[in-house]
Amino acid sequence: MPTTTGTRGVSRRTFFRVVTVAGGGIALAVGLPPLIRRARGAGADSESGSPDLYIQIAPNNTVTITVPRSEMGQGVRTSLAMLVAEELDADWNGIEVRTAGFDPRYGSQGTGGSSSVRSTFTPLRTAGATLRAMLVAEAAEMWGVPVDECTTVGSTVLHTSGKKLKYGDVAAGAALRSVPTGVSLKPQSDWTVLGTDRSAVDLTDILHGRATYGLDVKVPGMAYAAIARTRVFGGGVKSFDPTAALAVPGVQKVVEVPAVANGIHVHAGVAVIADNTWAALEGRKALQVEWDVETRSGESSEGYRDQMQGTLALPCDETVFSVGDADATLGEAQETLSAEYEFPFLSHATMEPQNCTAHVEGDRVEIWSPTQFPDWASQAVAETLNLKVTNVTTHVTLMGGGFGRRINPDFTVEAALVSQKIQAPVKVVWTREDDLGHDFYRPCAMHRVDAALGTDGLPVAWRQRFTTPSISATNGGETPKGGWGRGETDGGANMLYRIPNRKWEYTLLDSGVPRGWWRAVHTTHNTFVVETMMDELAARAGQDPVAFRLALIDQLPADAPSQSRQFPFDPERLKGVLRLAAEKAGWGRSLPAGSGMGIACGIDHLSYAAVVIEVSVVNDRLKVERAVCAVDCGPVLNPVGARAQIEGGVTQGLSAALKERITIAGGAVEQQNFDTYHLIRMREVPPIIEAHFIETDTHPTGLGEPSVPPTPPALANAIAAATGRRYRTLPLAIRTA
Amino acid sequence: MQLLINGALHDVDVSAEMPLLWVLRDVLGMTGTKFGCGMSLCGACTVHLDGRPIRSCTTPVSAATGKAITTIEGLDAEGDHPVQRAWQELNVPQCGYCQSGQLMSAAALLETTPHPTDADIDAAMEGNICRCGTYVRIRKAIKRAADIKAGGGR
Repeated sequence: MPTTTGTRGVSRRTFFRVVTVAGGGIALAVGLPPLIRRARGAGADSESGSPDLYIQIAPNNTVTITVPRSEMGQGVRTSLAMLVAEELDADWNGIEVRTAGFDPRYGSQGTGGSSSVRSTFTPLRTAGATLRAMLVAEAAEMWGVPVDECTTVGSTVLHTSGKKLKYGDVAAGAALRSVPTGVSLKPQSDWTVLGTDRSAVDLTDILHGRATYGLDVKVPGMAYAAIARTRVFGGGVKSFDPTAALAVPGVQKVVEVPAVANGIHVHAGVAVIADNTWAALEGRKALQVEWDVETRSGESSEGYRDQMQGTLALPCDETVFSVGDADATLGEAQETLSAEYEFPFLSHATMEPQNCTAHVEGDRVEIWSPTQFPDWASQAVAETLNLKVTNVTTHVTLMGGGFGRRINPDFTVEAALVSQKIQAPVKVVWTREDDLGHDFYRPCAMHRVDAALGTDGLPVAWRQRFTTPSISATNGGETPKGGWGRGETDGGANMLYRIPNRKWEYTLLDSGVPRGWWRAVHTTHNTFVVETMMDELAARAGQDPVAFRLALIDQLPADAPSQSRQFPFDPERLKGVLRLAAEKAGWGRSLPAGSGMGIACGIDHLSYAAVVIEVSVVNDRLKVERAVCAVDCGPVLNPVGARAQIEGGVTQGLSAALKERITIAGGAVEQQNFDTYHLIRMREVPPIIEAHFIETDTHPTGLGEPSVPPTPPALANAIAAATGRRYRTLPLAIRTA
Repeated sequence: MQLLINGALHDVDVSAEMPLLWVLRDVLGMTGTKFGCGMSLCGACTVHLDGRPIRSCTTPVSAATGKAITTIEGLDAEGDHPVQRAWQELNVPQCGYCQSGQLMSAAALLETTPHPTDADIDAAMEGNICRCGTYVRIRKAIKRAADIKAGGGR
């Protein structure tokens, strides 16, 4: 680890310092003020000039880029490093990428909401350009030549005379220079790294089993723990008998883990500490625990369904958004359509189950966590263990998938609690059963839409009532205050279709099941409802689904929720992806009997996406033949990674549409492993998933999530086109070939 | 007991019923083989036993003694197995967690079926889940690896 030996030239806007690196060399580190404002909590001062990002140049010319975001397969360690390398003119083959650990001076370090590229696009390029300018100025001075006679390429400064200096040779001198402000950034036409295919920086390690995920962490003297947690949400430990567990060879200790509320949701449990994972698991099997399960044990999926159906029969508690008079228009309309939709809870089911390694020593703790939010995790640990947040050191590991699950700090806090009890380093390993049974689930939901068509075949009214156990309520400790609906309507109330009378109503469903952010979040149900109903309206109006949508896409009403001032919705971009997806899919071409195409579109996390799915249904068996996705996220930084995000998003969308369902009985999750929580497998995935991009010249927005929401409705619309049957309950009750 | 892993002998002092997975990971520190489900349902823990793909999460270590165990770390002495080359060329992994198992299953498939059809691939890879959704690239990479293996050039 580098250590600071001197700090020079600290200014309000930028920060750099000379550091020594392992081996005794000199390096230059440059940082910028926090990239974006903190989402929550104390700690950061956005004006303090603290480093958000370090770039180090070692004497051997290695450029080390530290990215302040978590890698979970979305390619962020690669794409953020590309931002720096582009402007620094760094040799891509000579870079090393590190993931930042928790540091309050970084500002928000959360990885989520498809926001990493969007929030770092300007600051990281500026950092690279700033450092490049300093290196060039130093080289020019050493040569006694004007700066404008120098260029850079491959981590080397070149002079028109043919002289060369490696960055590593000028870094020490450059570190003494003042930091330039207002450096200019390359126009996109000059990019040589951005916009080109770059393999993930971790690719080779992954292919040889060398990549270190959370579960692979090993620290000296570490024990392994498995925790018996209450299966009933909100349950407690009444009593436990550790005798049998302690008799299992390799088991060291048995300790109770207290429940933690405050939105953190550590479940009450008993931890079995052992020499290895297997011994911990065997010990847990032998452990005797009596649970206190009074509070929520009466809850079930059937009970929720009854409640939700009752809710939707009447006006809801909250009117989230209303224009015109949907109720009156529906009352008078000749041509109306009504439909109800049902969605299950979903689990993130990351392939790497949750886990965390923690070492509490007195009033300090060191953590190795596969966390998307090291800042939230660290603050939650400090709060729960009553430690200073500055005494929490959190290393962020690679993650075997995230999809929103690893935003929550529960597994990190839990490991810290166990370590505090035993005052030794410990890795808490979750099994698949633990993971599926103690997730923060995509909420179950029911929607009802009543819509009306005018005599001209255009929709005149849309009233959508829906009810969910809201995500925000989970984090708010399930307090019964109102106003949860606004956050739940994304992809619905902010749809761009011009319908003069519309209304969104919402009622909170009380539930003890923790809810969280599942890839694309609210649009996973709202977009399904909107896009399948639009398809039904088009059919009723006798119009082509693409033409019907294109004619209705319009500006968003000024007061619609979930709008971004910085990135206002642009109807032309939504039309653009619709047209492109339709064109690439060969929309409108004749298909054999039993085959069909469906389309859906939407805006998710500020990016625009449309998906066309082609299916065949033979003997009631579905085969997804092909998926075509068009996305407009602005400039595409790493095309090979961008296509992977589309392929993955479409696949996850298909998995949710066809396979996944968490059900609740007796206040607990019924599914325990992949034999009951089904994920899509090779044979059910279409052999072709195409990704096409419209690179609107604008600030880039995210790509991790936007292909997910349109996929299930495109599939349902395709099945309707092939069979005439409408499916409005997910997962779709159709068997795959 | 003695285990032959990637051509090297290891002495381990563990109970006979301990799954091979945890011996590899926790006792020997070979963490390339991954834990996903513990019930042979996801394939993340796939290794070869005398060249055949098995799920190490449900294989007691006693069943692996006297046999040649191959893990991702030793799939190829040079780290350059055709599946690894194809996976690299086509940028298959996303998070990468399942890929050790995918690679081991694919390598085993190509041993028995040098030119697999789509149906062969479906059957051989049915037990390997990828949550990130790299299936499309895995399918392509298996075909590419078959070509590489057959000497079809790089």
